[in-house]
Amino acid sequence: MRRPLWFAFLLHRVSGLLLALFLPVHFWVLSLAVRDADALESFLSLTERPLVKLAEMGLVFLLAVHIFGGLRLMALELLGWSSGQKTAAAGAVALSLGAATLFLLRAI
Amino acid sequence: MGTLIVNVARGDATERRSERFEVPAYESQTVLDVVSWIQQNADPTLSYRFACRVGMCGSCAMMVNGVPRWTCRTHVQKVAKGGALQIAPLRNLPVIKDLVVDMDPFFDKWVAAKAVHHPSRGRAEPMAEIAPDEPGRVTASAGIECINCAICYAACDTVSGSPDYLGPAALQRAWTLVNDAKDGARDAILDAVSGQGGCHNCHSMGSCTTHCPNDLDPLSAIAGLKRETMRKALRRA
Repeated sequence: MRRPLWFAFLLHRVSGLLLALFLPVHFWVLSLAVRDADALESFLSLTERPLVKLAEMGLVFLLAVHIFGGLRLMALELLGWSSGQKTAAAGAVALSLGAATLFLLRAI
Repeated sequence: MGTLIVNVARGDATERRSERFEVPAYESQTVLDVVSWIQQNADPTLSYRFACRVGMCGSCAMMVNGVPRWTCRTHVQKVAKGGALQIAPLRNLPVIKDLVVDMDPFFDKWVAAKAVHHPSRGRAEPMAEIAPDEPGRVTASAGIECINCAICYAACDTVSGSPDYLGPAALQRAWTLVNDAKDGARDAILDAVSGQGGCHNCHSMGSCTTHCPNDLDPLSAIAGLKRETMRKALRRA
């Protein structure tokens, strides 16, 4: 049954998995700050590359869509807000795309 | 009068095939009328289930063009695509033959969810008085018109992905009992629906609510169970 809320579920699951994969890398880079300042500097210089900026936009989108999608599910399950779920899911995606685009515009 | 091209899923669990029938089209024809026409005029060996023909018994549900529907109340002209119909047995249940599925797993899960009435008074005691507008009664009443057709169960992708999942119908029934002041085993029901395959398996995709032919809302019922089981776990902690 390929319906909008199925895609919302898929997006939430995939974004969660990708963020879980990203976290160890994130912590590794953070650890450079205490272990090796030069290595951190050279790694952070990568973020000036356009492709990395684009990847960061993707990351912001994943984070935002997981947060807003999660808030939608919590409102549905804990507050009983079950009407208008398709609109809420579409709103979560739109908001996330907006946040990611804003991030990219500020980054470039 | 035109002709409908109808592809019907045939065979038993081991050997499945599709057979094509040409069925005369009539005005106000239901999908069940089409299946019955095939059985009465083209192939008497076609197996399918129906009883009431008026949307009460819940026995004629099938997949129609990939969507689970009560066939007795589904008009052909609303669902046929280019004058064609694909009719198959309900998804997520083992096929016995042709359009007939084994409903045992579906009903076994009602029992596993403890979705049966647990008396709280004996027959010698007076009946509990419950006002129709009590909040618990209103919540319970919202889910009691289920006709056990298993359309929600067939529509549910979580059932497809995890066969242990109790499914929308059993969980909705459990929710009506949790809200029924006359039921004497509220905690036992909450325990039964919070374990393996319970309400927390639901991913809130809402196909159950979308496809329920009686306009019930199992999605909200399951959300209610999630709330109550969480509340119970917090009380315990």
